[in-house]
Amino acid sequence: MRRAVGKGPFCRAPPVAAVRRTRRWRRFIGILPQRSLLLLLLLLLLVAVMSVTDLFSVIQSSLSADQDVREEIRKVVQVLEQTAREILTLLQTVHQTSGLKDVTKKCQKAREHFAAVRSQLDELKTKFPADQYYRFNEHWRFVLQRLIFLAAFVVYLESETLVTREAVAGILGIEVHREKGFHLDIEDYLSGLLILANELSRLALNSVTAGDYSRPLRISSFINELDSGFRLLNLKNDSLRKRYDGLKYDVKKIEEVVYDLSIRGLGKGDAPIEGKVPEK
Amino acid sequence: MVSLSSGGFRKRKHDNMQPRNRKEERESKVNPASPVLLSFKSFQKELDAKHDKYERLVKLGRDITIESKRIIFLLHRVTSIDDIEELLNESEARFRDVRSKIQQISQELIGEDMCQFHRAFSPGLQEYVEAVSFQHFIRTRSLISLETINRHLVFTPTEVEADNVENSALSDSLDEKQEEKSLCLQVTPTDYLLGIADLTGELMRMCITSVGNGDIETPFEVSQFLRAIYDGFTYIGNTGPYEISKKLYTLKQSLGKVEDACYTLTVRGSEIPKHMLADVLSSKTSMSEHEEGV
Repeated sequence: MRRAVGKGPFCRAPPVAAVRRTRRWRRFIGILPQRSLLLLLLLLLLVAVMSVTDLFSVIQSSLSADQDVREEIRKVVQVLEQTAREILTLLQTVHQTSGLKDVTKKCQKAREHFAAVRSQLDELKTKFPADQYYRFNEHWRFVLQRLIFLAAFVVYLESETLVTREAVAGILGIEVHREKGFHLDIEDYLSGLLILANELSRLALNSVTAGDYSRPLRISSFINELDSGFRLLNLKNDSLRKRYDGLKYDVKKIEEVVYDLSIRGLGKGDAPIEGKVPEK
Repeated sequence: MVSLSSGGFRKRKHDNMQPRNRKEERESKVNPASPVLLSFKSFQKELDAKHDKYERLVKLGRDITIESKRIIFLLHRVTSIDDIEELLNESEARFRDVRSKIQQISQELIGEDMCQFHRAFSPGLQEYVEAVSFQHFIRTRSLISLETINRHLVFTPTEVEADNVENSALSDSLDEKQEEKSLCLQVTPTDYLLGIADLTGELMRMCITSVGNGDIETPFEVSQFLRAIYDGFTYIGNTGPYEISKKLYTLKQSLGKVEDACYTLTVRGSEIPKHMLADVLSSKTSMSEHEEGV
């Protein structure tokens, strides 16, 4: 190649790259004595054809590494579950007769607990590669749904509105979209809302016992809105669908409460009239 | 408002409308575009898109399963050394189809979390592993490694590549690499193991039929190989997922059958002089095959 350049630009040389390639190749072969070439081939063959035992030990090590990751995740999830239980017991007090009086204070306390949740979720994020969310998903799925429910419950008690997906993600300190890291799966969010509906049907009952006759009406319209929202979805035959099937019983329960109140003139009187007659 | 809705309700009740529809209409009258309903509409879109993708992947996975099964049947037709090359070539051509299906899966998964949809196509991948490793065994009498399988499943997209060449020659290689990365579908260790466990069943069949064909080498090779695989599985033990322990039971049965066949071959082989063995084998082995079949 150098010689070709040395002859000047006027000589007709074959394309430079082609020359370079063939010459290099020849030089490479030339350098290697026949025996070492054979050895090289043999070595390549050995690497290519690994023994069955080697192959299985490779697989085994990857499996046990996987198990280690799962073990780490399980530890963090356990702590998370503990925190979730604490928040739940805090919020459960609204069902008591005098429970609804200092709701704001309870919500504040719950929000303080959510700070702990955020730090624990941050720890969870460090335990596995960010792009393998769905690989280990099942470990925290349950607790995450509980936490979504708790966040939604707090927001409901504060403002009587349905928490948005963004707001839940904000409360839990996670992302809404998958691309950005540890995120809030839409099915988990919806499951959390269904738990909320169940809890609210209980609250409607208990608030009547506590003498608050207007709350069931508000809960009723809230749940109805939620119900019609869920009816827009085309659910597959999975766990979410099963849970959704329970929603109609919550709706029914609340409507019965509203019926009982309106028939006795205890509500404000603008209750939607239901055709169903509750059995007594 | 109250009387209106209740009146509407009564009317519809007489019309024998389903209660579900009635309720829905009442809701939509109350709040046609509340933020809740609007957000649920976007959820609907999101969920539908996800379910559609899942269905498409399931379909592709089924196609892969079917085609892989056919390849395995094809490979079982190997009886003598003469037609082995022909059959292997044909299977290679068929593998190209399967790989193009897998490429479609990987295209579906661009920008997605693979594990999210893994269940949709994992049976297909296992079947593919089974077929590929079976072919590999017939060709080289060794176990294909997970890396080798995965190396075949790295796709260079032809259209994108062509575009790159046209656009810029310099960034060409870089872009290609990135595309390659996004377009490879990795077989997970679990899928690999389950596929290999299925492979042992095929090997058992191959062993028994080869005995029937008068091949005295193959059964011993197969039994050696199966023993190694069995050792490998026991080495993994219960670190693996739950499904593997189930497969281990079948694997042990297959191994037992193959070892029995080898035993029969050895015992009867020692009774008969070598030059007569080939003549006697056909009748004798069909008997042993009968024994194994029971």
